[in-house]
Amino acid sequence: MATQIEKQNPAFYALLAALVVMSVGPILLMLATSFKMNVDIYDESVSAFFFTPTIRNYETVLCDVLWYDPDHVQYCDPTFGRALRNSLIVATISTGITLLIGGMAAYALVRFRFMGRGAVSITTLMMRMVPPAVLLVPVFGIWTFQYHLDQSYTGIILVYTAMNLPFVIWILQSFIVQVPIQLEEAARMDGANPLQVFYLVVLPIIKPGLAAAAIFTFRIAWNEFLLANALLGRSTRTVPVTIVNSITEYDIDWGVIMATGMLLAIPPIIFTFVASRQIITGMTAGAVKG
Amino acid sequence: MSAVARANRLTPYLFLAPAAVVLIFALLYPIGYMIYASFLDWSPSQRIGQAEFVGLKNYANLLHDSAFHESFWVTIKFAFVVVTLEMVLGVGLALLLDRNIRGMSVLRTVFILPMMIAPIVVGLMWRYMYHPTVGIFNRTIKSWGFDEGIPWLSDSTWSFVAVVIADVWQWTPFIFILALAAMQSLPRSALEAAEIDGASEWQKITLIKIPLMMPVLVVTLLLRLIDAFKVLEVILVLTNGGPGLSTEIIALRIFRTAQEFQELGEAAAMSNVLLLMLMALTIGMFMYTKIQEARAARMRAAAEQTES
Repeated sequence: MATQIEKQNPAFYALLAALVVMSVGPILLMLATSFKMNVDIYDESVSAFFFTPTIRNYETVLCDVLWYDPDHVQYCDPTFGRALRNSLIVATISTGITLLIGGMAAYALVRFRFMGRGAVSITTLMMRMVPPAVLLVPVFGIWTFQYHLDQSYTGIILVYTAMNLPFVIWILQSFIVQVPIQLEEAARMDGANPLQVFYLVVLPIIKPGLAAAAIFTFRIAWNEFLLANALLGRSTRTVPVTIVNSITEYDIDWGVIMATGMLLAIPPIIFTFVASRQIITGMTAGAVKG
Repeated sequence: MSAVARANRLTPYLFLAPAAVVLIFALLYPIGYMIYASFLDWSPSQRIGQAEFVGLKNYANLLHDSAFHESFWVTIKFAFVVVTLEMVLGVGLALLLDRNIRGMSVLRTVFILPMMIAPIVVGLMWRYMYHPTVGIFNRTIKSWGFDEGIPWLSDSTWSFVAVVIADVWQWTPFIFILALAAMQSLPRSALEAAEIDGASEWQKITLIKIPLMMPVLVVTLLLRLIDAFKVLEVILVLTNGGPGLSTEIIALRIFRTAQEFQELGEAAAMSNVLLLMLMALTIGMFMYTKIQEARAARMRAAAEQTES
């Protein structure tokens, strides 16, 4: 029986536990370190996980956003608070735009028969392989000298939208195919135009697909470093860029940098726990059908 | 009616238009631009029109550039080692854990975490763990009584190992999850038939499970291979390509050529080489799925013929 839980050898549970520890261990270590004083980090007698926790590192990082002034922060560096705001703006807006126009394109590819559909699908697929490093030189050149979009939110949002579109179109296609066409026909009978059919009938049905696509696009925009580093200026920098900038120095402030890393990691971690099913769907659909 | 008909004919194009515009302006055009730029001697302060056309000079430079050769081999070596290890571990774990154990969904959720977290952060936490004095690895080694820790990031052999370990940690779950999904969708009948015929557990794996999973496994392998060529941020944070050039994969070299050495033309030529390699892999993957589909169709047709 597929649903029945079989009794297993304890060794399997031991293996399972070992795998969980291996995969979460480094993340927990980062979390633990972000609550550690620098004195404790460098003191060999202090254990990795058992120590007196402190939120000083987070206060240092977030001093600009906090409503009070932490005593131990002599000079408040506003870089990170600003970067956090930038990251949120860029990732959210680019995700919204990508889903909207990607959904429309996927719908057209699935529902309407017209010339060039096969070609579009193949192109979509080919685009998935383009690495960000390859886009570095041309995007820098074009955005700076032709579009004049360097240092602005619009520029980086445009890049992320283009980078994520192929995957979003691909994944949404597989969800739109499953929408019963009778529903759409019924709506059309009632006098809905194609745009209304798409917004009022199709989009609500493919919500799980949209959720999966949203998580993937948000994550890529949120985590991306290379192009953000090339395009954005001092005031529009996103979190990954500020992190890399602060570790090129010789002396790394591990407590603070781990707190920063943790803050960057929190949204993807939340997504994983809330929507692991959708993420797995997206991952397997991408591979099995790709 | 004709106006309505025309509107209907235009609808698909209207739906496609926004995505098409974005893709053309922000993806296709830049790639074309890059191909052109690879023939130029171009520094970031110049507009592209002011850059001098130098023909194939950038490519010729790459051919004679021993640093680029080094990067090229490091990339191939890295991709090969990483993907082999991940395939063996991932598929092995999937075979081992393909049963209804309580806690499986927890394991899967936990396994996705390393892939979801920013590569920059992954690099950060491994760099901390590899740290010569405060890192957990060397502390553990020293607590076992050894005097010297391992020079994780300062020795060229060890730094390659370190980078490989971090990548295996991050991406083995990907193979595991895909292999497990493939395994659980295998036809039960074939396995039951084998059981009745008295096949051992090992025979079931080598003669039934692996062959039936082959199509998915090959696609997984190629996807992972393509991604292995794209890895950049983790290595950038961990070693920045060093020591020497021991971990400088091509993607990282492109970044440094453009950012540090300000040689945009040469970076573009490198990007082209990388793109061609990936293109070959993608086409290979595409051909493979097409051949598989054709073969499946032939087999179905043959089966239908014998039935009738």
